Amino acid sequence: MKQIKGVNDFVVKFANVNGTGSASANHLFAKAIFRMGVPVSPRNIFPSNIQGLPTWYEVRVSAKGYLGRRGGVDLMLCVNPQTMEDDIASIEPGGYFVYDSTRPLAPHLKRDDITTFGIPLTEMCMREFKVARLQQLLKNVVYVGALAALLDIEFSILKDLLNDQFKGKEKLISPNVHALEMGYQFAQENFKCPLPIRLDPSVIDAPHIRESKHILMNGNTAAALGAIYGGATVAAWYPITPSTSVVDAFSKYAERMRIDPGTGKRNFAIIQAEDELAAMGIVVGASWNGARAFTATSGPGLSLMSEFLGLAYFAELPVVLIDVQRSGPSTGMPTRSQQSDILAAAYASHGDTKHVLLFPATPRECFDMTVEAFDLAEQLQTPVIMMSDLDLGMNDWMSPPLEWDDNYEMSRGKVLDADALDTAQSWGRYVDVDGDGICYRTLPGTHPDKGAFFTRGSSKNDMAIYSEKGEDYVQNVDRLLRKFETAKSYVPVPKVHDPIPVAKPKTKLKLGALFFGTSASPSYEAVEILADEGYPIDVMRIRAFPFHESLDAFVHEHDLVFVIEQNRDGQMRQLIMNECHIAPDKLTSVLNYSGTPITARTIARQIRQALNATSADIVKLHPETA
Amino acid sequence: MSYYKPKFQHPKLPKNELGYTVADYDGAVSTLCAGCGHDSISAAIRNACFLSAIPPHRIAKLSGIGCSSKMPTYFLGRSHGFNSVHGRMPSVATGASVANRDLIYLGVSGDGDTASIGMGQFVHLIRRNVNMTYIVANNGCYGLTKGQDSATADLGSVGKYGTKNPFDGIDLASLAVLQGASFVGRSFSGDKEQLEPLIRAAMAHRGFAFIDVVSPCVTFANNVGSTKSYAATRENLDAMPIDFVPMREEIRTQYKEGSSQTVTLHDGSIIHLLKARKDYKADSREDALMALQKANSTGKVLTGLLYLDPNSQDLNQVLELASKPLNSLGMDELCPGSRVLKSINEGLR
Repeated sequence: MKQIKGVNDFVVKFANVNGTGSASANHLFAKAIFRMGVPVSPRNIFPSNIQGLPTWYEVRVSAKGYLGRRGGVDLMLCVNPQTMEDDIASIEPGGYFVYDSTRPLAPHLKRDDITTFGIPLTEMCMREFKVARLQQLLKNVVYVGALAALLDIEFSILKDLLNDQFKGKEKLISPNVHALEMGYQFAQENFKCPLPIRLDPSVIDAPHIRESKHILMNGNTAAALGAIYGGATVAAWYPITPSTSVVDAFSKYAERMRIDPGTGKRNFAIIQAEDELAAMGIVVGASWNGARAFTATSGPGLSLMSEFLGLAYFAELPVVLIDVQRSGPSTGMPTRSQQSDILAAAYASHGDTKHVLLFPATPRECFDMTVEAFDLAEQLQTPVIMMSDLDLGMNDWMSPPLEWDDNYEMSRGKVLDADALDTAQSWGRYVDVDGDGICYRTLPGTHPDKGAFFTRGSSKNDMAIYSEKGEDYVQNVDRLLRKFETAKSYVPVPKVHDPIPVAKPKTKLKLGALFFGTSASPSYEAVEILADEGYPIDVMRIRAFPFHESLDAFVHEHDLVFVIEQNRDGQMRQLIMNECHIAPDKLTSVLNYSGTPITARTIARQIRQALNATSADIVKLHPETA
Repeated sequence: MSYYKPKFQHPKLPKNELGYTVADYDGAVSTLCAGCGHDSISAAIRNACFLSAIPPHRIAKLSGIGCSSKMPTYFLGRSHGFNSVHGRMPSVATGASVANRDLIYLGVSGDGDTASIGMGQFVHLIRRNVNMTYIVANNGCYGLTKGQDSATADLGSVGKYGTKNPFDGIDLASLAVLQGASFVGRSFSGDKEQLEPLIRAAMAHRGFAFIDVVSPCVTFANNVGSTKSYAATRENLDAMPIDFVPMREEIRTQYKEGSSQTVTLHDGSIIHLLKARKDYKADSREDALMALQKANSTGKVLTGLLYLDPNSQDLNQVLELASKPLNSLGMDELCPGSRVLKSINEGLR
């Protein structure tokens, strides 16, 4: 039988029962590979449940440093009988299957094109450990030990990690190490170790990752640190998966780093609001008063915050919102990832509104863009929404380390203090002095008799006096549009990479691909796969809305542009069509909206199909390319 | 309504200790209906701030949506104001208050804005004891949309179109007492002698101070049969007068022993409750609820300071906020710097 081979290049998937402590053991597995210096990307694929439902953990090892999902499973480790049938079926031919053999494998589940390893995990733990909870928890550690032998993980690294993990709870170290050794020995004695898929830290095809001293962290923690470093003082929020850990992490760091050393008092306020309406209201109120304030939410929360986002747009208040996207309304699929709030965020609220969006693709970018979001919001006096998602926010990603320039100063934008008000010849809150659409702001309590005004929605003139005159309204919203144009030169520019050389291209069409956020990693990989097959594709990673003018040019320079994203309706494609005035046929959607992160194979397959299906139409559109 | 407000000031207008005249606390000319109760509340707020000698620019005015929420334009023109969205002023005030604890926050809302669309936020504002004064101009109807019953309209009260309200009204004062508000008062827009000192006391109070002000709608709810008309409110008024002495002033008036209760606020200001009742202590929630229920069941409008806890912990204290306002902190106080970030990176390898 053919067996899958690969050094530092395979996908392992764990099938567990939620609430049995499997996530921390699986994390131990991934972190050990990371510490060996081999590129790894773990993904927790979990249900909206505390205990009992099936949960998976997928670990991709990639010598080239591909961090997106590849698709397919090479080794499946299954301790959940609920899903075993589907799990076994999902293994690639030539792959490997590890299971708890305390109960024999049902005959109909046996596959003769995969290699099967039975480890009596339950039996071993019942025998060795007396406490019931440990019997359950340590089953997970036993299988990690067995995988260490099967895949050649450095055992000492696993032990070090356990020591780190249980610092302060030393009693737990020895049973955990014992469990690791039990699994390791069992595998050594009963199986031929290592497997043809295995790790070797001396072989690395992506030296840049080792050189840049990558860290392993999730996007939500990085965003929270960005809020700490960016000087946020007020956080208001309502718990919602998958954004909850943003404020949890902010709270954890603030309690350590934001306590006034003299008085022990807090240089921050965190308010758990009664709902997302109030969370955004608190942020709006704090921003009105000149504090850097933010909230974090997900789809349903974004809907509730729309009303206030519109007010903040018209009242011109800096607001920072971190949207960690998930799928669907109501119960939805709150623990599944999507990029499906693009249009809802871009045009949130009633009336004519548009919002600045940022699209981070790595934890490092979550950190940088959160800091930048505060600067942009205050410079532009408008809401800024950072569009993360569950995949980026809640999973650990290998990322370049976070960096900080100690010379950083907050860009507070055009705010007049008492001295400036005294020397100003005249002042009106909404007078466009500089012609960039951004006007001068005053904060409450600044000056005894200058600079006070009434903040309200849209019924006002440029002196902030109540007005329902048509020309005042038009003047104001046209200026807001001018401000949005100005924003184009403030927001992060798209990333463009040199195209991959293709010796004998199979097409004369000039192909391009646009993507953003967590679609980026698998898109880069898919483009390499397709380049190998003879399809050269130029790429651009979108990092902000409003779109940079180079995006417009990119689309016009190509015959066919694929827009790769994770929602049903091709929302980014629609936004580009709408904002850049591009004919629909130019942009072809590549989509995944199943709730699990898009894979490189999915992207490559859809592009292949599109090229086959549309080449005739393209010739009609662009006869010179035929 | 008037459309012009003369700028002329009598040269001998009295000045407060900051040197401001009452006119310095004026706002724009009101656009509400002539005779609207709300204009009397605006005047009472203006007078209260003048008498208490509060620097106008240290006050922040907040409101939601409705006739009531237009009011902040009509007083304190030197204060910043924020006309937010319907029913959501409480959250905006909460954020503003934690961002700058040094300002004095004055929220103005209506019965629709508070008791219907804003009920959720209102209750949580009380629960958090945000340091602010919150005044509801309560007329039992939606004025700006032409007279629909609001949630505070009394059962059986007759609206402008002659129909009786079939639902029990929400009594905001009882609700506030029950939910744990640290200062609860009720007044009548036509009772300036009581309303002014009540507003002054509320603004001196540390914590959430709520005043429910019956403020008749002359256009849509001043008809016969309306329980919130001027005539009905005057007829059923059961007022407990109060006197407010700010901390800086010496006490000049002597009240006969047994005729008043005295409450001292955290800043040393004193509230005298005149014609004090034997069975009523202002620091007892039970007494307040009992008195409110008794008045409600006999169709009376009980007004005055209903409940006060002068020592409550406001939100800023509960959150253990630094004494320096959060909006004034700089990078030195906020940013841990590159060295800390390096050690965080180390921990993630």
